[in-house]
Amino acid sequence: MSATQAPAAGTVGSRLTRLEDPALLTGEGRYVDDLAVPGALHLAVLRSPYAHARIRSVDTSAALSQPGVVAAFSGADLQQEWASPMPCAWPVTPDMKNPPHYPLAVDTACYVGDGVAAVVAETAEQAQDALASITVDYEELPAVVDLEDAASDRVLVHESLGTNTSYVWELNPDPEAVERAFAGAAHTVSERYVQQRLIPSAMETRGVCVVPQPYGGEYTLYSATQIPHILKIMAGLTTGIPESKVRVVAPEVGGGFGSKLNVYAEELLCLALARRLRRPVRWREERTENAQATIQGRGQVQRIELAADSEGKLMAVRVKLLADMGAYLQLVTPGIPLLGGFLYHGVYHTPAYSFSCQSVFTTKTPTDAYRGAGRPEATYAIERAMDALARKVGVDPAEIRRRNFIPTESFPYGSTPGLVFDSGNYPAALDKALQLVGYEELRAEQARRRSAGETKHLGIGISSYVEMCGLAPSRVLASLNYSAGGWEAATVRILPTSKVQVVTGTSPHGQGHVTSWSMIVADKLGISPEDVEVIHGDTASSPHGMDTYGSRSLSVGGTAVYLATERVLDKAKRIAAHQLEAAEEDLEFSGGAFSVRGSPERSMPLATVAFEAFTAHNLPEGTEPTLEASVTWDPPNFTFPFGTHVAVVEVEEETGRIELVKYVAVDDCGNQVNPLLVEGQVHGGIAQGVAQALWEEAVYDKDGNLLSATLADYLVPAASELPSYVTDSTVTPSPTNPMGVKGVGEAGTIASTPAVMNAVVDALSPLGVTDLDMPASPMRVWEAISRARQGRN
Amino acid sequence: MIPAAFDYTRAGSAEEAVSLLSQHGDEAKLLAGGHSLLPLMKLRLATPALLVDVGRLGELSYVRDEGDHIAIGALTRHHDLVHSDLLRQQVPILSHTAGLVGDPQVRHRGTIGGSLAHGDPASDLPAVVLALGGTLVARGPRGERTIPATEFFRGFLETALAPDELLTEIRVPKAGGGWSYQKFNRRAFDWAIVGVAAVADGGGRAAVSLVNMGPTPLRATAVEEALAGGASVAEAASHAADGLDPPSDLNASPEYRRHLATVLVRRALEEAGTR
Amino acid sequence: MTVNGKTYEHEVEPRLLLVYYLREVLGLTGTNVGCDTTSCGACTVLLNGESVKSCTVLAVQADGADITTIEGLAGPDGKLHPIQEAFREHHALQCGYCTPGMVMAVTSLLRENPHPSEDQVRFGLEGNLCRCTGYHNIVKAVLAAAAAGAGSAPIGAGTAGAVPTGGAVAGGGAR
Ligand SMILES: Cc1cc2nc3c(=O)[nH]c(=O)nc-3n(C[C@H](O)[C@H](O)[C@H](O)COP(=O)(O)OP(=O)(O)OC[C@H]3O[C@@H](n4cnc5c(N)ncnc54)[C@H](O)[C@@H]3O)c2cc1C
Ligand code: FES
Ligand code: FES
Repeated sequence: MSATQAPAAGTVGSRLTRLEDPALLTGEGRYVDDLAVPGALHLAVLRSPYAHARIRSVDTSAALSQPGVVAAFSGADLQQEWASPMPCAWPVTPDMKNPPHYPLAVDTACYVGDGVAAVVAETAEQAQDALASITVDYEELPAVVDLEDAASDRVLVHESLGTNTSYVWELNPDPEAVERAFAGAAHTVSERYVQQRLIPSAMETRGVCVVPQPYGGEYTLYSATQIPHILKIMAGLTTGIPESKVRVVAPEVGGGFGSKLNVYAEELLCLALARRLRRPVRWREERTENAQATIQGRGQVQRIELAADSEGKLMAVRVKLLADMGAYLQLVTPGIPLLGGFLYHGVYHTPAYSFSCQSVFTTKTPTDAYRGAGRPEATYAIERAMDALARKVGVDPAEIRRRNFIPTESFPYGSTPGLVFDSGNYPAALDKALQLVGYEELRAEQARRRSAGETKHLGIGISSYVEMCGLAPSRVLASLNYSAGGWEAATVRILPTSKVQVVTGTSPHGQGHVTSWSMIVADKLGISPEDVEVIHGDTASSPHGMDTYGSRSLSVGGTAVYLATERVLDKAKRIAAHQLEAAEEDLEFSGGAFSVRGSPERSMPLATVAFEAFTAHNLPEGTEPTLEASVTWDPPNFTFPFGTHVAVVEVEEETGRIELVKYVAVDDCGNQVNPLLVEGQVHGGIAQGVAQALWEEAVYDKDGNLLSATLADYLVPAASELPSYVTDSTVTPSPTNPMGVKGVGEAGTIASTPAVMNAVVDALSPLGVTDLDMPASPMRVWEAISRARQGRN
Repeated sequence: MIPAAFDYTRAGSAEEAVSLLSQHGDEAKLLAGGHSLLPLMKLRLATPALLVDVGRLGELSYVRDEGDHIAIGALTRHHDLVHSDLLRQQVPILSHTAGLVGDPQVRHRGTIGGSLAHGDPASDLPAVVLALGGTLVARGPRGERTIPATEFFRGFLETALAPDELLTEIRVPKAGGGWSYQKFNRRAFDWAIVGVAAVADGGGRAAVSLVNMGPTPLRATAVEEALAGGASVAEAASHAADGLDPPSDLNASPEYRRHLATVLVRRALEEAGTR
Repeated sequence: MTVNGKTYEHEVEPRLLLVYYLREVLGLTGTNVGCDTTSCGACTVLLNGESVKSCTVLAVQADGADITTIEGLAGPDGKLHPIQEAFREHHALQCGYCTPGMVMAVTSLLRENPHPSEDQVRFGLEGNLCRCTGYHNIVKAVLAAAAAGAGSAPIGAGTAGAVPTGGAVAGGGAR
């Protein structure tokens, strides 16, 4: 190993432990519900017990006489508070149907958990107690649960729309090419997969606290949100409070995974009620509310067809989705399936491509972004279908992938659906993963068990993935009708004492931006990361930002920080050159000081420059005082991280029980600022993706009741269910940004679900089971085995 | 989640607990470890007017050798059952199974008496006490009585205890022979989807009980009879679900439960026969 | 009750849960709440030296007890407890929300079983959910803390929680 492989502690590339941790490890971290706000009232929301019901009347009078109750409202009572309905920022087609959606339902409740009335009381207990005294007269309407049933328009979720279909979106660059490919294919595969609904289940549920200054006219909205900046805009628009009077603060946020990338009823209710009652109003979400009234993820029925030649080389991919929007369109609900729409050919060169998505309303909790958002669905479909193709062609799953990989020499690669993949080396990641897992030995062991007739079956599943992240070039977002940009802002200030302040528009909730941004800045300035202060999550101190989601923070926000640091350094150089009486071109910067090339005794530490910039006693002509620079970076492209994950499972034939016995992940996210944090992101992503394959499902009954609304019934796995993972990486820098980085926040989730399901199917295929839905619960596996057995007899 | 309001009193002795119960009748509930009752109260599925806390009655927390049987105080926590050397030696199935209840935090609070008195068919310890042929001791206003475990579980969350009775002791015979407890669940800390307790008598017979296969913990009488009649383990196990009407939930249909019961009974009998 | 070595006395409503007593009456907001079904362990504190879920203990039940919360774990000089140190070293936390409960559960686990196997760690933490880390680094941190002798390290000022009596027998169950 050469010395250059271990970067100096604290510099970019090193495994610096997080600067965030001491506070979080000692209980000093302040989440929304930890904020002490004297005199705050507590909001509780009465939620519809019916999936679909007309609200004939709401009587809140009895609640008003309950102890501590200050006010109680029906949806109708609050209608005058709203300047506009709740926002959907992604009208994917011009004719997309978007029913009006208000923080409290007014005449119809459209899912179990839809808010119908609100109580505000002196304590949380009193508010909760008083909910029982509100009487709502409901007229029950039929529920719409199943997607195909929804698409039939048999029962309408929103009568006024005349249909349950919100939109149909197509990406079909050359329809004839697709037809030709299928007509001439030697092998075709046609598969139907169900992406069950998932409950994101951040460990911190949502929470809101709004503190008004009734005379000053300003409102501070504290929220457990991923998107303080977007929320500020939307809160202003929906309540009619000028944007200039709303400050949004995201304090410590306990995980999001997309579920806090939204504008929620309770945020708007607290704001409107604080305005109306002139007192602080706060709300804390119960776990059951989190299951019902925070967005859910996935929810698709996928039909994927592959056409391949006799060697198994792909000729075309054709995909048709039916996507579940739930009862309403939340902030980016309609766009989620589209984020996968370009990627259903995965890492494989595919000459012809067709994708269409029909999105329908159901009487269930709205869906929206959940870790990976659209891309896990796409990866799942193509990776399972590739295994099906391998079975048809009669080759090993690793071999079918090798035959089809986009060749390494073809990057940047223009894909048939129209993206430009920035960089990649897919075979390298596959080879490394197979070697780490011991692929040959595992196949030999599998063969041994099969020939010995053992009933504990071994399965090996491969998933090679690519994803598009780092949302994104604003121009491209425009072409998808997204109503916001994809840039990110950063300001870097060198303070008079030479400490550094970074203001970022990203809004971390576990990712470790404070550490990474500090490393980027410290590395460039030759200082210690501890000397950098990172300010985030408060629109008062960080006015510009597009926030954190879609694995965008490092490649977009981190790049802005990087460029702002360069720009500050440029200015410092100008000042140093002036004071050292040298030409700028003759100065070099190293070890935290400028010096004149060739005469190292003529030097000036950055600290001195910072103080000079502050006193402004002797600055070059036309140079403004202070060392500060702001950059807003709009990337030229997405980034395209990739890799291969391999899962090894044992399936007990008798009971259907599955055990994940080994897991290997090789990811390539380009250059790594801090490998320790990269691994952490991958680990967490794997656990969530494996959980989709094996445990988690938002189960609704035919009446639209959510049966898995608690953490006792919604099976988030614990340490006892998971193995340790083997993680490694390859490094293929991205040409999209100066640091050569790619996103890694979602990669683990995207890759792992199909790896596990492919392993399960691999284990079961000798028994005739190739069709299996998620989660692969013991009962479901047992039933599939029984069905296959009957089919054979 | 916040429970509805209630009054609270702590009983200083078993007698005091009984007299508080008889004073307050149906309104009052005993609180032991609270790990069945408080979760229900937080969801407002239980709204007692008065809680009588017996959780600190040290006099009812013990594991004692009584010669032919082991006596366990009703307020002995799962954690203490796991760590009792006496129990590990004399009734290993009970100690082992206590270590499978919930998670460590639950085991630090929950008690064997609470588990039995709650009468949940999905609970682990009731089935074990049933398979062991244990006896329960209850104290009421009219004094003490003993109830065989086989007569204790009456219906879903319903036991032979009167509302004014306190369960004070659980007596189980020493069971040094073969045993097995099979717990099938999806996450280690979850309740059993199906569980099976088997206690072998060394002579080819065994007592077998089932978790979550009906409204109460159940003895698998068809299995026991088949074994007594000389059937093989596999043959006996095939009768595991005879005559039963197991529940349906998110994890298992009745058919799957029946199937699991036969597999788990077979495994339990095999394991009990070999240890 | 005694919390982190300090004695408190309050009249409280019987229905007040220990976790809300700690958070709202004492202002010790390090202990979190993540569920309403006693499933997540975010609320884990030590009661007389043993881990309990404080969302399922009434404050009145803890009358007279000795409670340790995350705020009481580090030394009075601010020096992190070896378990906290190991969590930092091994990146065993991301959003930090599960962390106080997780760290307290680990504290209890290592006092009962100072040198657990990886499996014993995984099953010993079955009552604590983390959505961020996938548990990999948590397990690594616990094993490292155990190797560094964290099981016998003093808690805070050293006043809290005697080593539990069950500790004579190693292991959290017979798995
Ligand atoms: C997250 C979680 C997971 C769990 N997992 C499992 C599991 O896997 N397996 C399992 O078996 N259990 C499980 N449990 C339940 C646990 O074992 C409980 O501790 C136990 O069921 C009840 O004991 P307790 O002392 O807490 O009783 P409490 O909750 O205090 O009381 C339960 C009921 O019994 C009555 N009662 C209590 N003691 C007496 C007595 N001495 N005399 C008369 N009546 C009495 C009470 O009035 C109440 O009605 C779990 C609990 C939780 C919270
Ligand atoms: S808050 Fe989830 S277990 Fe206590
Ligand atoms: S670190 Fe976020 S839940 Fe564990």
